[in-house]
Amino acid sequence: MEKGTKTFSCRPIVSGKASGEAIVSEEPMCFYLCDPKTGEVIEKNHPLRGRSIAGKVLVLKSGKGSSVVQVDGFYQLWAKGNLPAAIIVKDTEPVLVSSAVVVSTVMVDRMEEDPFEVISDGDWVEVDAESGIVEVRPKEL
Amino acid sequence: MYLTDEEKRTLDGNSGPGNQKAMELLYALGKAFDAERLIPVSRAHVALSGQEGDTYWCGLLVDGGARCKVVPTTNPAWDVEGLSRRFDVTDDELELAVRTVDVYRRIGAELTFCCTPGLGTNVPLFGEHVAFSESSATPYVNSVLGARSNRESSVSALASAVIGKTPLYGLHLEENRKGDFLVVVEASMNEPYDWGILGWYIGRFAGSRVPVLRFRNLDRRPSVEDLLYLGAELNTSGAVPVYHIEGLTPEALSWPSVFKGKTPEAELIVGDRELKEQEETLSENKGPINLVMLGCPQYTYSQIRRVEELFKGRRVKDGVGFWILTSFDALELASRSGEKERLQESGVELVADTCIDEPCWKSFEGGLGMTDSPKCAYYRERRGQPFVIRRLSECVEAAVRGEVC
Repeated sequence: MEKGTKTFSCRPIVSGKASGEAIVSEEPMCFYLCDPKTGEVIEKNHPLRGRSIAGKVLVLKSGKGSSVVQVDGFYQLWAKGNLPAAIIVKDTEPVLVSSAVVVSTVMVDRMEEDPFEVISDGDWVEVDAESGIVEVRPKEL
Repeated sequence: MYLTDEEKRTLDGNSGPGNQKAMELLYALGKAFDAERLIPVSRAHVALSGQEGDTYWCGLLVDGGARCKVVPTTNPAWDVEGLSRRFDVTDDELELAVRTVDVYRRIGAELTFCCTPGLGTNVPLFGEHVAFSESSATPYVNSVLGARSNRESSVSALASAVIGKTPLYGLHLEENRKGDFLVVVEASMNEPYDWGILGWYIGRFAGSRVPVLRFRNLDRRPSVEDLLYLGAELNTSGAVPVYHIEGLTPEALSWPSVFKGKTPEAELIVGDRELKEQEETLSENKGPINLVMLGCPQYTYSQIRRVEELFKGRRVKDGVGFWILTSFDALELASRSGEKERLQESGVELVADTCIDEPCWKSFEGGLGMTDSPKCAYYRERRGQPFVIRRLSECVEAAVRGEVC
């Protein structure tokens, strides 16, 4: 293991393995309010507005919005190849889980430490939802 | 979560990729909510939407060999045959609508295209475990009928219909159905519209908690339509799949206590003034309109009759569309009984199988719409048309004048 890398246990929700640069949203997200062509968040007043979630490991507070729009949001991003590589959820809710299963996005929750405390924007994160492990390599400062 | 050997085999793909995918979804949900196991459901209602994501999911399951074990009823998309002749739709929109019907037909759904299944096409009994999506249908079957459903999405309800089961969590468990907070309603409640505004108002405070309503000035029992409007709005401005009304809905009659603990102090008191203020902040005020749209949830036959009474033989002003979205059975009744023809002479159109949130309505965008349903306004605004929300009689008067004064 590289220096500075930390591992945490987590609970797999949708299985698979994926890695990417971390992007952290302490606010819930409606994926319908992302531009499918770029993965950019377009929701007014959202802290991630203007930034892309495509291919990243998204550390997410929770989901919001009706089931129809959330599922469609995931689908549209998936169809354009701009979904996050994996999602680490803080507060799991049914619509978010359903949406991730539909397009097979790797998803975990219940990290042994608060993900907002131990993961920052730009860290390199590997999510193994087969064995329930999240590995975090801090961004070089 | 415990799975039987058969359920495990399905999850491992032994009954084909479609069933496997459906089981994956139920398993993921069950794990996420610490469900102990899966339980059978006797009914399902799928909020088919005609949006890509939803149609993709149904296609994925059916092309993977899945068929529904429990035959689900379905929400409306739009009446392709009738409305594509009336309105401009793109080839892509038309193709998607046709594909939606095709995948749902092949998976074995009952194509009711009706968002009020609890009124006739799919009526669960008290205590029945079901999987109902559609934001107005879920609170209706839970609260008014006393059936047990979680706040399902269209995709999870379809997965339950395919597998015939749902994870045992949330509102399938008696303790989670009890009230979280008390609302005392002093306002006078006259028609479905008032119940809708009340639902919107309470939903904003409720979040996802269970409200118990106590009425001080109810001079008659609420109608089916009143309760439909209440639930639809509670579950749009908030995430409220179940509510109770003291002395009226079944779980507020039979249980020793409808609350989780002892009866709390009223957290919210709602009078006429609060509802008036809510009405004013919800919508546009006035101006010329190009559309009156009723039927979110779909209008019942008795609501159609009420529209005719209010028109008193007058006509909708030229340049204004007046559409009532209704269920196939109510449309048939209105056709047999004469309301449909007479309303047509007044410039009022009836259509079944159709939701307000569909691309066929975009010809009206650019103008101001009017409706008696906050939920209708909420979804139409998302697609780019502002709406005035007023009671039915005011909608009729505005249609005759061509504007809201």
